[in-house]
Amino acid sequence: MIEDFKKIYENRHNYMKAWKAKNPDWKVLGYMCSYMPEEILYAAKVLPIRWLGGHEPQNVTEPHIMGMFCPFCRDVLAQGLLGKYDYCDAIGITHTCKHINQAYESMILHRGVDHFFIPTPSKMQDKQALPYYAGILKIFKEQLENWTGKKITEDDLKRGIAIVDENRRLMRQVYETRKADNPPISGLDSMYMVTASQMYDKQEVNKIIADVIKNELPGRKAKNDPGIRLMILGSEDDDTAFINMVENCGSSLVIDDHCTGSRYFWNTTEPGNDLMSVIADRYLKRPPCPIKDMPNRTRIPHIQGLAKEWNVAGAIVIQQKFCDPHELDKVAIVNGLKAVDVPTLYLEFDVTVPIGPFRIRVEAFLETLGSEDLF
Amino acid sequence: MGIYKTEPLKCWGKAKELRLGVYEGIKKARDNGTMIVAGGTESAIALPAGFDMDFLGGEPYGASCAFAGIQDPSWNRGLMEASEAASYPRDMCAYMRIGIGSLLSDKFVFGGKYPVPTFNLQTHICDTHGKWYQIMSDIEGVPYNCVDYVPYEWETENESEESKRLKRVYMKDQMLDVIDWMEKVSGKKFDDEKFINAVNWECESTSLWAQCCMVNQAIPAVMDEKMMYSLYIIAVLMRQQKAAVEFYKVLLDELKDRAARGIAAFENEKFRMIHDSQPPWHNLQIFRYLEQFGAVSIGAHYSFSLSGGWAYDKEQDKYLPAKAPKEAGVTLKTREEACDWYSEWLLAYQTLLRSLRYSGRGKHKRIQDIIDNWKIDGMMIHLNRGCEGTAVGQMELRRYLADRGIPALTYEGNLADVREFDLERTIDKIDTFMETVGLTKIAK
Ligand code: SF4
Ligand code: SF4
Repeated sequence: MIEDFKKIYENRHNYMKAWKAKNPDWKVLGYMCSYMPEEILYAAKVLPIRWLGGHEPQNVTEPHIMGMFCPFCRDVLAQGLLGKYDYCDAIGITHTCKHINQAYESMILHRGVDHFFIPTPSKMQDKQALPYYAGILKIFKEQLENWTGKKITEDDLKRGIAIVDENRRLMRQVYETRKADNPPISGLDSMYMVTASQMYDKQEVNKIIADVIKNELPGRKAKNDPGIRLMILGSEDDDTAFINMVENCGSSLVIDDHCTGSRYFWNTTEPGNDLMSVIADRYLKRPPCPIKDMPNRTRIPHIQGLAKEWNVAGAIVIQQKFCDPHELDKVAIVNGLKAVDVPTLYLEFDVTVPIGPFRIRVEAFLETLGSEDLF
Repeated sequence: MGIYKTEPLKCWGKAKELRLGVYEGIKKARDNGTMIVAGGTESAIALPAGFDMDFLGGEPYGASCAFAGIQDPSWNRGLMEASEAASYPRDMCAYMRIGIGSLLSDKFVFGGKYPVPTFNLQTHICDTHGKWYQIMSDIEGVPYNCVDYVPYEWETENESEESKRLKRVYMKDQMLDVIDWMEKVSGKKFDDEKFINAVNWECESTSLWAQCCMVNQAIPAVMDEKMMYSLYIIAVLMRQQKAAVEFYKVLLDELKDRAARGIAAFENEKFRMIHDSQPPWHNLQIFRYLEQFGAVSIGAHYSFSLSGGWAYDKEQDKYLPAKAPKEAGVTLKTREEACDWYSEWLLAYQTLLRSLRYSGRGKHKRIQDIIDNWKIDGMMIHLNRGCEGTAVGQMELRRYLADRGIPALTYEGNLADVREFDLERTIDKIDTFMETVGLTKIAK
C-alpha cells in the first residue's frame, strides 16, 4: 500500500528496531549520503540505512559544527548525538561534501562508533575514475569482511546487486507513471517511497512497491485536478511538510532531481565480469551531485531532459542554507532551465522551513506560471 | 627596550620583487596576448609549466584584492557585489567570489582589465575547487579541466598501501591525460624537460619552506606569522620556479643565522601562539595588537603547510620537512616518472590540503605536533566564513584544545569579505583572552 511508505518514513526507528530483532545475523550501517555502495553492504549482510534529519529544532550540534555549515548535516549529527540511531552498528560515508564529513567526524569523536570512509572520486566523468573506484570498493569489501568475520562471495555480490537494482527498477517504473496528465501518485508519496527505500530493508520495500505498481497505481489519480506540473530539485530534501504544502496550492510535483529522489535510483548496474567494476561504474554514471559534475556540466542536459519528458511548467530549486555544492551550481542550473523556458523559484531551506512565508512565495510563483497561459 | 634583539630581514626586498614580478608577468602576457593559465594556486602548478606561460592563482589573487581593500574598501566590496549581482550566493568561498567579481567587472587589482586565460586548470580538493574554475570557464568561454585530488589519509587512520597506490595511480594518470588535453586546447607543444624541472623545483622549494618553519622552533621565534605571509607567498605563487628555490635557500641561511644570534621577530616575545585558517587579509593589524600583550603568532598549520612539504616520521612521531627528489636520491627522467613523483608529493606531503578533505583526528595530531615542537602557549582560531575548506573541523579543534587545557581564542570573520569581520569585537575577544591567560598590556 502506498501509505506504507509514509509509515516507514515516520516510524523509521521502530521499524528498524523490530527488523533488527528479527534479523540477528545482520548488522546495520548508517550512512549520510546517497553515494554509499549499498550492493556490497547487502552482499555482506549489513543493512545500509540512510540517516536523515528529524526536522525539529535542536541544540546539541553547536559545539561541533560551525553555523555556516548546512542544516542537513547539523540535523543528521543531532540525530546521531541524541542516540536516535543507536541501533546502527557502524556509520559510513563516501567522500561527498565537507559538511557531511564534519558530521561523520563528530560522530566518531563523540560516540566512538565503528566507521567506514570510502574515498570516492569527484571527477566521475574521467576515464581514470573507474579503475580507481573499483579498487577502492574492493578495499571496502575487504574491510567489511574483516568487520563481519565473513567472506563475501561472488554469489553474495550478485545477490546484493540484484536487491538494489530491483529497488531502482521498481522506483523508476513508478516515476514513469508520473508522466501521465493526471499522475497516479503524488510528489509527496513518491518522496516517502524513495526515503523508505533508503531507511528500511529494500527486500521488504521492494515487495511493497511491486504491489503498489500492480494493484494500486493502475487507474488511480493522486488528485482530481493535478494543477500546475512542477519539478523540484536541489540539495538533500525530505521536507515533507513543504512538499505537502506545494501540492496543496494547486500544483503537483511530478519529477525531481534530489538525492532523496530520482538521483538515488535513476540507473541500474550494467552487466560485466568484474563485479567491483560493475558496481563502481553504476555510481560513476548516476546523475551526479554538483561536486561530482566536472569538468563538463552533465547535470544541465539531464535536468532539462527531465523537465521536458515530465512536461513541467516550472521548477522549484531548493538549497539547504549554506549548501556549497548546490550553491556552486545555482547560476548554471537556473540558466539551464531558463534556456528551455522553465521558470524557477529559488528557495533556501533550514532544519524547519517557515511554511507560511514559503506558501506565499510558492503561490506567487504558481500565479505567474498560471498567468502565462492567459496571454 | 625589549627582551630580545630584533632586526629587519635582509631578503625582504627580494621577496617583494619576486611577488610583484609574478603579477607583472601576467600583465605583460595579457597585453601581449601570450599564454596565461589560471586555476587554484593549490593546484598542481608545475603541470602547465611544461609550456611558456604565466600562472594566475585564484587564492593569492583573492588575498591581494582583500588586502587592497585596506586602502580602498570599495574595491573589494565592489567585486563581492558584482558577484552577488550575478546571483552567486554570498556565503560561498570568498576568494572565488572575488575572482568571479573581478572577471565580471573586468578589473584586475594590479591594473587594467582582468586577464582572461588560455584555459583554466584546477585540482579538486575542497568542495569549491573544481567548481570554482568551472564557473570561471563558463563566464570566460575558455576550456576547463581539473585533476581530482584524493589525498592520503592522516596517519591516525592507518591507510593501507593499496589504497595509497590507487590514489597515486589515479592522480598520475589524470595528470598524463591533462598534459595531452593542454596540448590540444592550447595548440602548443608540451616540453617534458621544463615540466620535470618544475616538479623538482616545486618539491625543493616547498621542502625548503618547511625547513624555514623548523627554524622557528627557536625561542625567540625568528619569524612572526605576519612576516611569514610575505615569505611563504613565494612558494604559493611560483614554487615551480628555480627563483623560488634560490630565494628559500637564502632565506633559510638567514633564518639560521638569526636563530644562532638570538634575533627575534618580536622583541617582547612572552606568549607564543599559533593561528588556525587563513587570516582576515583586510585586517592583519590584529596580529600587531597581540604584541601589545607580549603575545606573538609564530605560525599555523596553514602557513607552514600551504607552502611546505611535510612528511610524517613514524619513529620520532613528528612531522619533518619532506625530502625533494634529489635529496631522496631520485632522478626524474620521464614525463611519467615526474607525474608519479609529483602525485606522491602532493598526496603524501601536502598536509594542509589533506586537512581540507579530512577534518578531525588527523588534524588534531598535526596541531598537537606544532604545539609541542614549536612550544606553543595558546591558539587563535579564525572561524572563517569565507573558506569552508579550512573551517571544517574548527569547532572540534576548539573542543580538543579545551579538553587539554590549551588556551584558545576564537573569533569570527572572513578571509576576504570585510563585511563579515568586526574589528571592535575581535579586539574585545583578544582583550578577554589575554586577561584569562594573565597577560596585560606592556607599558610603552
Ligand atoms: S545539503 Fe549540501 S552541504 Fe549539506 S550535506 Fe547535502 S550536499 Fe552537503
Ligand atoms: S579551501 Fe577555502 S579558499 Fe580554498 S577553494 Fe576551498 S573554500 Fe575556497
